[in-house]
Amino acid sequence: MGFKEEKVSVRNGMFNVTVRRGGSGDPLVYLHAAGGQAQWEPFLELLSQKYDVIQPIHPGWPGSDGLEHLDDVIDMAVYYADFFDTLGLDSFNLMGSSLGGMFAAEIAALDRQYVRKLVLHSPAGLWMDDHQPLDFFAAPQDVVMQALYADPEKAMAAMPKVDPEDKEAVARATLDRAMGMAATGKFIWPIWDKGLKKRIHRITAPTLLIWGDKDGLNPPVYGPHWQKLISGSKLVSIPGTAHVPMSEKPEEFVKAVTDFLG
Amino acid sequence: MKVHSFHLMPYPDLPEDFKERYHSVYIDIPTALYDPARGHIVYNDYLDELEYAAQVGFDGICVNEHHSNAYGLVPSPNLMAATLARRTKDVGLVVLGNSIALYNPPTRVAEEMAMLDVISGGRLIAGFPLGTTMDTNFAYGQVPITLREKYHEAHDLIIKAWTEPEPFAWNGKYTQLRYVNTWPRPLQKPHPPVWVPGGSSPETWEWVRDMDYLYAHLSLSGHASAKRTLGSYYELLTEADKEPNPYRVGMTQACFVADSESEAEERYSEGVEYFYEKCLHFYPGFTDAPGYRTQKDIASGMARQGFGRVKEGGKVTWQDRVESGAVIAGTPEQVSERLRDTCKDLGVGHLMLLMQLGGVNRENTMHNVKLMSEKVLPNIRDLWSEWEDKWWIKPLESNRRATLTAAK
Repeated sequence: MGFKEEKVSVRNGMFNVTVRRGGSGDPLVYLHAAGGQAQWEPFLELLSQKYDVIQPIHPGWPGSDGLEHLDDVIDMAVYYADFFDTLGLDSFNLMGSSLGGMFAAEIAALDRQYVRKLVLHSPAGLWMDDHQPLDFFAAPQDVVMQALYADPEKAMAAMPKVDPEDKEAVARATLDRAMGMAATGKFIWPIWDKGLKKRIHRITAPTLLIWGDKDGLNPPVYGPHWQKLISGSKLVSIPGTAHVPMSEKPEEFVKAVTDFLG
Repeated sequence: MKVHSFHLMPYPDLPEDFKERYHSVYIDIPTALYDPARGHIVYNDYLDELEYAAQVGFDGICVNEHHSNAYGLVPSPNLMAATLARRTKDVGLVVLGNSIALYNPPTRVAEEMAMLDVISGGRLIAGFPLGTTMDTNFAYGQVPITLREKYHEAHDLIIKAWTEPEPFAWNGKYTQLRYVNTWPRPLQKPHPPVWVPGGSSPETWEWVRDMDYLYAHLSLSGHASAKRTLGSYYELLTEADKEPNPYRVGMTQACFVADSESEAEERYSEGVEYFYEKCLHFYPGFTDAPGYRTQKDIASGMARQGFGRVKEGGKVTWQDRVESGAVIAGTPEQVSERLRDTCKDLGVGHLMLLMQLGGVNRENTMHNVKLMSEKVLPNIRDLWSEWEDKWWIKPLESNRRATLTAAK
């Protein structure tokens, strides 16, 4: 199957963003998490067997510019309305992970007409004092890895390696990571409660919530909390995974999505 | 050359096993380690030490701003400057805070600094640091990637608030004010000299140069590392055809003098070791919030704050610190020569001496300040006499100054 990657110009060139697109069927837009989306992962390939998967890179992450025109999550939602219009997408299924889930939830609350069905995987955006998400901006790498993965060692082994001798590649990887995390801070620093709680009731699209039962970054206790706030939403737990079930158990993750979207 | 006394005001009573037992000296250090009754003595000792430096002839006394830490107990440098303003007469009050992006609206800084300038009779140096990532991003919750933009907007607003004669409206991205009309006005015209203390961010250097402000290199690592930073700064000055006047450059230097080398070690080494071992025990996760450094700074690989990097591994001795120049210590002759060479080589016109560090006690600090003023200052002051210092205070003439009477 595979995918195509292209640059899309939005709002008269204010934003030039990278978009990957693969498969056919109903369009499904996927909004990536804080860590970015460096490649067309297996779960995207699986989804593309059934849907026309559209995977943009957010402005400010490697491959997409225009972050200076966005100040907050509302600006991001408005940007995405322009992005959808540019691609001629008027009604489609929308899915987002973590920070991308927060963006997707804001879009579904503010621009209902675009969203046919909504899939939120461990979305950021709500905060409980008694169940604080991990401060991944400050936490050391090993703690972050344990929060992200049920099996961090396996995940580390599977990660694409940068040749330490290739200084340019090492520098590029460092800068890319710093760029995505710096952009993330613009939307959620220092606490990711940015007012979604005042808008979440506007979400009327049928909604699926997905959580890994060992999610150490955004604790699973947030699942029922979100479910309560989005009327009629469903919650699916993927056992044996943490914050990135789509990478740890792509088949189960994709099955949950396709069962819901149909 | 101007020579100043700079005090970090550390908490001196951290436990012996602080480094092993606790996570960080900054941000999440337990407040149970702070004893306010001890703090009462400590603050007053430190203020005495600065006042004494003024009394024995230092040109300026310097305080700075840090938050949520035991490294430097000055969340509000303006409060320190206020007490010092009334207890001193001629010395420059070098306030190397305020981290202006932290204050909302920033006109608060314009007001307080104008108050200090007026109360002190025109003796204020207005320091505008960006602030460390610990202070700004972690303790004060500022968004890292927009901190610099917010800083620059705050700067522009403060300068306009000090210099614009009529009330004006400010429609900024971070601050909106329908009426800006700062009372009181600063005494020094057009405004107090601006010093920008910083680590090693090339982006900061270019801006400071273009604004013709003083760049203050806050170094705790000594000559070699300062050479890299200030060498680059002088290159930037040359590129822009700016006069290489040493008075546009300031630098901090830890400095300890005694009658003999062994006496210096005996008096100061333990307290200094406390500083490097405990006060610099930073949890690395708090030293580089993503977005605090620009992509350009990261790429250049130079922008890491010098004091954020504490070498792990082999034990560094007092001798190592003295040899590397991180600490200048010894007899008055040795110290004079080393300071002179350092300032000459680096082109430093404003030398800010750290004469108390970590756990160095009051008695030894006072001794240090006294010897420094009597036996070192006379040997280094004539440096740069051929240059005009355009970055120094312009106090009110003495016949127009208020007479201070002591109160009970």
